Amino acid sequence: MRAVITVIGKDTVGILAKVSGICAEYNANVIEVTQSVLQDMFAMIMLVDISKLNTGFTALSDRMSSLGKELGLSIHTMHEDIFNSMHRI
Amino acid sequence: MLNVYDILETIRMIQDECLDIRTITMGISLLDCIDSDIDKACDKVYDKITRCAKDLVKVGEDLEKEYGIPIINKRLSVTPIALVSAACKSSPVKFALTMEKAAKAVGVNLIGGYSALVQKGFSAGDLELINSIPEALALTSNVCSSVNIGSTKTGINLDACKIMGRIVKETAEKTVDNNCFGAAKLVVFCNAPDDNPFMAGAFHGVGQPDCIINVGVSGPGVVRAALSKYPDADITEIADIIKKTSYKITRVGQLVGVKASERLGVPFGIVDLSLAPTPAVGDSVAHILEEIGLEKCGAPGTTATLALLNDAVKKGGVMACSRIGGLSGAFIPVSEDAGMIDAAKSGSLCIEKLEAMTAVCSVGLDMIVVPGDTSADTIAAIIADEAAIGMVNSKTTAVRIIPAIGKDIGEELDWGGLFGCGPVMKVNTNSPSKFINRGGQIPAPLQSLKN
Repeated sequence: MRAVITVIGKDTVGILAKVSGICAEYNANVIEVTQSVLQDMFAMIMLVDISKLNTGFTALSDRMSSLGKELGLSIHTMHEDIFNSMHRI
Repeated sequence: MLNVYDILETIRMIQDECLDIRTITMGISLLDCIDSDIDKACDKVYDKITRCAKDLVKVGEDLEKEYGIPIINKRLSVTPIALVSAACKSSPVKFALTMEKAAKAVGVNLIGGYSALVQKGFSAGDLELINSIPEALALTSNVCSSVNIGSTKTGINLDACKIMGRIVKETAEKTVDNNCFGAAKLVVFCNAPDDNPFMAGAFHGVGQPDCIINVGVSGPGVVRAALSKYPDADITEIADIIKKTSYKITRVGQLVGVKASERLGVPFGIVDLSLAPTPAVGDSVAHILEEIGLEKCGAPGTTATLALLNDAVKKGGVMACSRIGGLSGAFIPVSEDAGMIDAAKSGSLCIEKLEAMTAVCSVGLDMIVVPGDTSADTIAAIIADEAAIGMVNSKTTAVRIIPAIGKDIGEELDWGGLFGCGPVMKVNTNSPSKFINRGGQIPAPLQSLKN
């Protein structure tokens, strides 16, 4: 089971560190990261393995949302199935 | 492997274009709750609903968080209450109160099924239930009611049309202090589907399993946004764009339905492919038609563009899910669609045009506010007209019309939320009373003889 974490917003120091810190805290293994900074806009897509989470997936999702609010970023944590369903036949 | 474009497209659809799952509706059979003692029957109804649906809201909320897609409503539909109340002597209103109590206990926002099926005549319990609708809808806030008065197979029960004209009016009168809201929870159907997840017309048909999950998707904003990227496409390309978008929207419905069904341990029924608008900016079916190229919804060309939209939505959705049902098509509720509200206020959209539109889309004359002095016979005849369109075209049609008691053209009723705000629309005042008072049954059309 994998989830996609997307982070979009104004670039600041330590975004990747904070997001991956939370992943480690919940035992979500980071598999892949794509990141770009265009002017001062930061966009990151992170694929994480959630099969060995030490808590429920919704707790991770809530934690990421509240980090997003703290940092003024838009952070979405979504199960990969929604993307596979929509974009694969 | 997932690609960045796909991920960002999904997020944009949800964040900016109002993509959501409109409803997860659990259908529950109450046939095993029948008892000649109404109090015992109500206890059984309460127990069954609260037992089957105890985890519905929680599962819905978990899925919202996991897939990052809003699930706007969690709702219930039950066996038409007239079938359950037929064995009881006392007024069926007690069932409505029980439904309300059970709905509140499990945390759903609406419960449908205070219904009767009288397309070919009235059996025991039907008339008692129909006559109790105004009181039931005035005493409850979550209960929705529907009555099926015709079908392609049976024709139209004109006696029932007449009665429903009066009931719609009485329901509005009884809830006049609440903007006549009762009538917004009452639908009169022809060819009512028995697996419809959308309110106010949802009920759990008698051929359905004991308990089932049905899902209704939404996404007019997504379709409009997709079309806006191709301002010069020809109409065939427009149809293709709608199909592709509808496929994606419906896939999400299928995913959520399958997951909800697994977690609740209840079979998955159908995905309803409807494009359901809301009054929110960017979530309007009328605006899709305008994007295709109409100055205002209601202009000549509205029926043709709506027919194309409705057909393309179905073609795209059909491959995206394992089973389709319910109403499946574009909805055109006036008060619940920002573009329709505008068009009705500006005079571009009239009831007669809406009636033509209902011949090519689901569902019918929906959420239309008419002057408070519109006679019961006129409402009955509007119901009969709409039912005739459904009967002849072998499709579902419905009337959800709200007489604005004490108000006239130029005024409006504002309920807020998903129900929106409807301007009072002009109704043809020539009397249909002689026709309506003839009573009897309009025979089934030749279309019914398919065997």
